Amino acid sequence: MNKKDRQQAIWFTVSGFFMLMTLAVLAAILYSIFKSGAAVISWEFLVDAPRRNMTAGGIMPALVGTFYVSSLTVLIAVPLGITSAIYLNEYARQGTIVRIIRLSIRNLSGVPSIVYGLFGLGLLAATFRLGTSLLTSALTLAIMSLPWVITASEEALKAVPASFREGGLALGATKWQTIRQLVLPNAVPGMATGSILALARAAGETAPIILTGAAFFLPNLPTALSDRFMALPYHLFILSTQHTQIERVRPLAYGTALVLVALVLLLNMAAIIWRYQMRKKQTW
Amino acid sequence: MPELGDAKKIQLPLRGQRDAYIADKLTEGVKKSHLANFFIEKFFFLCGLTTIVILVLILGFLLDKSWPAIQEVGLQEFLFQTRWMPSSPIEAGFGALPFILGSIFVTVGALIIAVPWGIFSAVYIGEVAPFRLKEALKPLIEILAIFPSVVMGFIALVVLAPLIGEIFGLTSGLIGLTGAIILGIMTLPTIISIAEDAITSVPNDYREAAYALGASRWQTVRYVSLPAASSGIVAAIMLGFGRAVGETMAVLMAAGNALSMPVREILGLPFPTLMKSVRTLTANIAIEGSDVAWGSLHYHSLFVLGLILFIMTFAVNLIADIMLTRFQEVNRNE
Repeated sequence: MNKKDRQQAIWFTVSGFFMLMTLAVLAAILYSIFKSGAAVISWEFLVDAPRRNMTAGGIMPALVGTFYVSSLTVLIAVPLGITSAIYLNEYARQGTIVRIIRLSIRNLSGVPSIVYGLFGLGLLAATFRLGTSLLTSALTLAIMSLPWVITASEEALKAVPASFREGGLALGATKWQTIRQLVLPNAVPGMATGSILALARAAGETAPIILTGAAFFLPNLPTALSDRFMALPYHLFILSTQHTQIERVRPLAYGTALVLVALVLLLNMAAIIWRYQMRKKQTW
Repeated sequence: MPELGDAKKIQLPLRGQRDAYIADKLTEGVKKSHLANFFIEKFFFLCGLTTIVILVLILGFLLDKSWPAIQEVGLQEFLFQTRWMPSSPIEAGFGALPFILGSIFVTVGALIIAVPWGIFSAVYIGEVAPFRLKEALKPLIEILAIFPSVVMGFIALVVLAPLIGEIFGLTSGLIGLTGAIILGIMTLPTIISIAEDAITSVPNDYREAAYALGASRWQTVRYVSLPAASSGIVAAIMLGFGRAVGETMAVLMAAGNALSMPVREILGLPFPTLMKSVRTLTANIAIEGSDVAWGSLHYHSLFVLGLILFIMTFAVNLIADIMLTRFQEVNRNE
């Protein structure tokens, strides 16, 4: 083996080693959560409320709260995101305005989540007097996930071949008719996957909801948009750092972490599988 | 309606605009629902503007809410003083320097870990791994990116911190280093996927030319692919920086959050250290933001921290964005 080959062997081994380390970290995270979390998971854990000062019982209110806030987030963000994407991909001509829009989308996706939290707290909760509530949190999360939804929807629109639009227009349809009846139906799967991914990310976000409406503990489930709510990620944060008997509630924290990770993983997988199946059905 | 003969006169413009052009030419003839289409287009235009409005609102709002604190305390105190006691009735202090340095040191620490790690992993995926392995590795990297930050913080708390404490013989492993490691792991997917994209988009001609000159595959990576992809890789690092500096929950749970400067005096000179408990800008906003009295000076001072954070990430992301655009343009021309 000459020097050149030896060098190559060494460096390729090094890069393989780093790749292996990445996989090892992923495996270690999954292993530690699943191993310690699985022991706690039971049907009661999922459907019971926290009991005895959160040292026993389950996570039902947090699960429900997360379900509420992330569904509401998607309900707000998806229509706005899709219409923005339609403008960008179907109507807009290349020019200064479009460049500024794209620039702000990219920059919004880089704004720290805690800054969105401050924004929600100051503008929505304090200035618009929505208070710290389910609605404030959902609006904050929706603003935060808007860039993701727009980007995913635009990708979906881009994937529809231009010949569809040309065909529609050639048959005498108006631009809007073409978009609504030819482009959108074919972009729906892509948009839906994007929305599910946004849902998964919103479900795992903690920093914005700490400032805008998530509660430490509530005896009742939220019944109105103006109520505060419990949420899985915040519950995990409290169980692992804020509780007075940290060691005693550690198993519950593991269980909560497992449920949260499983939820996010399942949503992601559902999105990926759905996209794959829709792609198979596509004939173009 | 355009006459058939007109088609000959139509000169096709550049490729990218062709579809829009044909669409326009065709819709010209349709007078029937012109008005409706006009309003529909305007409606979508307004929706398209939402993101600009939100960005301007966030910036304007941060400026507006932090102004009372800046006016009363002065920006210098926020940026250069070290005593943070914003709600003390006797002598309030608004020195945010420990948080600013905390954020920067922890982030730089994270990058020192994640950059070599991420670039080598990207090289492996982009240049070393056979095609099928490559296709299997990419989704695994994406899984690493979907863990919520609170879960990563939890892992840092229960797995990493005890380990660090034991290795360095500390009573608590909740120090800046723990925060830096977990942040490094969290920025890995960003760095790997963008760097890998950059490496893969280097035109194959470059590699073939290097092989033809007798270079080995590693030499080609080292002297051709990596330099050609460098601006994309730098952009990946900057996006990683932006992500790490804005990360809240993981550092909040891992880094200890002590209110002190992240420096250690050696021979009378202050040196940056990650071996003590550190509080970042994001962590401080999260800790104090949930129970601060609305409208107080303390409340406004938290918006100053938010503004500092916003400006830092905005600048970094903007530079990364410019570099990525340039990188893509250069590659497109070739």
